[in-house]
Amino acid sequence: MPLLLIAEHDQSNLTASTLATLTAAKAFSAPVHVVVMGSSPEKAAEEAAFFKSVEKVWMIKDPRLAHPLAEDMTETLLDLAKGYDFILAPSTTFGKNLLPRLAALLDVALISDVIQIQDKNTFVRPIYAGNALATVTSNDPIKVITIRPTAFEKAQKGNSSAPFEACPFKESSSPLPIFVRMETSSSERPELTSASIVVSGGRGFQSKENFALLEALADKLGAAIGASRAAVDAGFVPNDYQVGQTGKAVAPTLYIAVGISGAIQHLAGMKDSKIIVAINKDPEAPIFQIADYGLVGDLFKILPELTAKIKKTA
Amino acid sequence: MKVLVAVKRVVDYNVKVRVRADETGIDLSGVKMSLNPFDEIAVEEAVRLKEKGLASEIIVVSIGDASCQESLRTALALGADRAIHVETSLETQPLGVAKTLKALVEKESPRLIILGKQAIDDDFNQTGQMLAGLLRWPQGTFISHLIRNGEEIEVTREVDGGLETLKMPLPAVVTTDLRLNEPRYATLPNIMKAKQKSLEVISAETLGVDLTPRLKTLKVVEPPPRKGGLMVANVDELLDKLQHEAKVI
Repeated sequence: MPLLLIAEHDQSNLTASTLATLTAAKAFSAPVHVVVMGSSPEKAAEEAAFFKSVEKVWMIKDPRLAHPLAEDMTETLLDLAKGYDFILAPSTTFGKNLLPRLAALLDVALISDVIQIQDKNTFVRPIYAGNALATVTSNDPIKVITIRPTAFEKAQKGNSSAPFEACPFKESSSPLPIFVRMETSSSERPELTSASIVVSGGRGFQSKENFALLEALADKLGAAIGASRAAVDAGFVPNDYQVGQTGKAVAPTLYIAVGISGAIQHLAGMKDSKIIVAINKDPEAPIFQIADYGLVGDLFKILPELTAKIKKTA
Repeated sequence: MKVLVAVKRVVDYNVKVRVRADETGIDLSGVKMSLNPFDEIAVEEAVRLKEKGLASEIIVVSIGDASCQESLRTALALGADRAIHVETSLETQPLGVAKTLKALVEKESPRLIILGKQAIDDDFNQTGQMLAGLLRWPQGTFISHLIRNGEEIEVTREVDGGLETLKMPLPAVVTTDLRLNEPRYATLPNIMKAKQKSLEVISAETLGVDLTPRLKTLKVVEPPPRKGGLMVANVDELLDKLQHEAKVI
C-alpha cells in the first residue's frame, strides 16, 4: 500500500510546502515514495532521500522539465501512479495545476486542500472560504490528494538515505503549451506561506508608495509581506502577495493586518495564524472580531511608531 | 471560433454561510444565490473576445437542477449567445462535471473553453484541469491575461512565484483568475433580450455520462471559533502584549 508524493522544488531545494506534505504523508502509515521531476532534479532528490519516512526516491530528469508543464508531468506520472494507493502533492499552484489532470486520467476524484487526515479514507477540507469544514470519504481505488501546507508542520530532515531509481520522462503526444517567460517577484524576504511572521496591508494604504511603511516594519521583524485582494486589485503589490480564499493560505506565528477590513475571503487565508494583530482606523472593522490584539487608529501614524519602537526594544 | 463557458450557481459571495444544525451541510434556505464570481469573469472574457471579432459564438453550459437556468439567463444577459442546461438531481462534483463537458465538447466542437478556476462553495479548483486532461488539450490555469493570435493563445498565469506566460495552440482549456477582467453588469434591455435566446435542456442520461458523486460528505461543521479580541490603547501596550503575553516577538 505505498504512497507516492509528488515533490515541488525549485530545481535545487524542496519547497516548504513539500516538507509539510511529507508530514501529512505519515498519517497513512504507508511506505512513502517521493518522485522528483526536473531538468536538474539531483539535489532535490538527494534532499528527499534524507527524510526518515521516505523509502524510495524516483528521479525523472529531462531538459523539458526545466519549466514543467502539467501536460508532460501527467503523461510521465500516469503509469507510475497506477502502482500506488495514495498520491499526494502540496496544494500550491503547482499541485492545483497538476493533480486534477492526473486524477481525471486515473478516473478518480481529487480530494483537494486537505487539512486533516482522520484515517486512510477520511479527510477534512475547508469549504465556503473556510467558513465550514467538510469531512469527506472516497471509495476510489487510488486516493489523489492535495495537502494544505499550513495545516501540517514541516518534516525534519533525518540522516537516512533512501535508494534512488530513475524513471523515464514521457512527452505528451498531444499539442503542448510552450513556456514563454516567468516574471518572479524577487524579494529578500521570507517566503509568504512559510514565514513565521507576516505583515499584511490592505486598501487602507491608499497607494503603492505607502506600502514602504509596511516594508519597513517587515524588515524590522524579518517578516514576509502579504496583502488583501483589494490592495492587489488596486495594483499596490504583485498578485502573489494575496492572502485569502483565492490567494494563499498562511498560518504564521504572528500575523499583523494593517488597513485590512477583514472580508470573509481574506479571513479564509489567515485565520489559522497563531496570533493576529489588527490595526485599522475603523473600530467596526470585522478584522477586530478575530484579532487577538486590536489597535484602532491611523496606520500612517501607528506604523512608523511601531517600527521605530521595535528597533528600540529588540 | 466557438467558445464554451461553464457556469455554476453558488451562494452569493457576500453571504455569511451557516452550517445546518444536523451537520449535513450548509443551510441554503432563503440564502441569496448568484453566478460563481470566477464564472462571471469567464463569461466576460468570452464576450470581450466576441466583441473584438475573435469569437463567433458563445455557448454557456450549466449542470444541475432547474435552478441553474437562472444562472444561464444571467450569462445570456451578459452576452452569451445560447445556453445548454444539463439536468441532473445528483450533487455535481468536478470529475462528473468534466466528463459532462467533454461530451458536450464532442457535440459542439468549441475551439476554446473558458471556466472559472474554482467555485466559491466547494472551493475545489479542479474542473478545468480535469476537462483538459480528459480531452488531452493544453491547459492554461489561473489566468490573468489572454491574447488570441490566430490558432494560438498566449496566457499569463498567476502562480505562487509570480506570473508565468505560456503560448498554446487551440483548442485549449483556460481557467480564470480574479484579475483577468472586471465583469460588466447586465443591463435591463439585455436581460429582456436574454429571455428570447435559446436555452436547450438535455438530461445527463442522454449524454451517457456517469455523474455519480465520488466523494461522500460525512459531516459539515463550523471551524473552531477564534476567541474575541482584546483592544489595546496604543503602540506601547501592543508591543508589551506581543512581547510578554503572546511572546511572539
